[in-house]
Amino acid sequence: MHELGITENILNITLDKANEGQATKILKINLVIGELSGFVADCIQFYFDTLSKDTIAQGAALHFETVPVELRCRSCSAVFRPRDTLWSCPECGSQGAEIFKGRELYIDSVEVE
Amino acid sequence: MKKIEVVQNVLEANETIANRNQQLLDKHKVFVINVMSAPGAGKTSVILQTLRTLKDKMNIGVIEGDVASTVDAEKVQNEAKAVVQINTRNMPESCSLMAVMIESALKDMPLDNLDLVLIENLGNLICPAEFTLGEHRRVLIASLPEGDDKPIKYPLIFVDADAVIINKMDLLPHVDFDIAAFRGSVSGLNPDAKVFQISCKTGKGVEEWCSWVLDQAKATVAKQ
Repeated sequence: MHELGITENILNITLDKANEGQATKILKINLVIGELSGFVADCIQFYFDTLSKDTIAQGAALHFETVPVELRCRSCSAVFRPRDTLWSCPECGSQGAEIFKGRELYIDSVEVE
Repeated sequence: MKKIEVVQNVLEANETIANRNQQLLDKHKVFVINVMSAPGAGKTSVILQTLRTLKDKMNIGVIEGDVASTVDAEKVQNEAKAVVQINTRNMPESCSLMAVMIESALKDMPLDNLDLVLIENLGNLICPAEFTLGEHRRVLIASLPEGDDKPIKYPLIFVDADAVIINKMDLLPHVDFDIAAFRGSVSGLNPDAKVFQISCKTGKGVEEWCSWVLDQAKATVAKQ
């Protein structure tokens, strides 16, 4: 539901970068999105197609690289994929791991001409 | 074709404004709590109880967020020093408050005369987790009729909470809510979260929650 504002940010950031690089057309935007982030890729693409009309980003493809969740144990620092809803550590069994990866939402790069 | 490296957080714009909000609040020595929950869990009731319990000890302002209406602002206006209602109906997003909305609401608040601002976020367990507002603490309210599985279904909002309130404890005899299972899920995701069991209906547990608020406010303002 909150993808519209996010998509506006994506468009503005990429237009700025493309202008800095004196590009005439944005072909592709490479985004990195964490598995735990609450953003829906299809939804971002849908808004992007509308918002980018009549800009140099019109028709650009959005490529999403999904980052799987990885947790880090607060006791023994082991990094692991969650296996249960309590996020218990496979090494030492303690609970209360912190999120190491999987919350990302950033623009990695823009392909232009 | 040319590739331009960007590596820029898409949420950076919100976070920049949130940091600015917090600097402004720190300057005025105002402690701010972001109150989040699903619709109907009792955000307004908890805020009302907090106002009634703490109003002789602190000057409290409330920022009410709703898609539409001023129903909540009207409920709290007799108890709070200042109330600002934000309606998100005509904004690009209507699922969460965002830092820019708080920035604008703070302009209508008498910050020099306030010690505490309670922000009532929109009823939603997904979107508010992604948007910081400039608050010092995040509180998540869960209520018994919602079921004890919410931390498992919506982990992110529990991971970021400084405190979790289990509200509507007076309904315990009537609903199948496993308190131990819920508390276990919360401490699995977030061992540092303080958990309170309260009933806004009977007032039980409200005192303990309010003394936490008071302590946190003192500790935060003292650090500045």
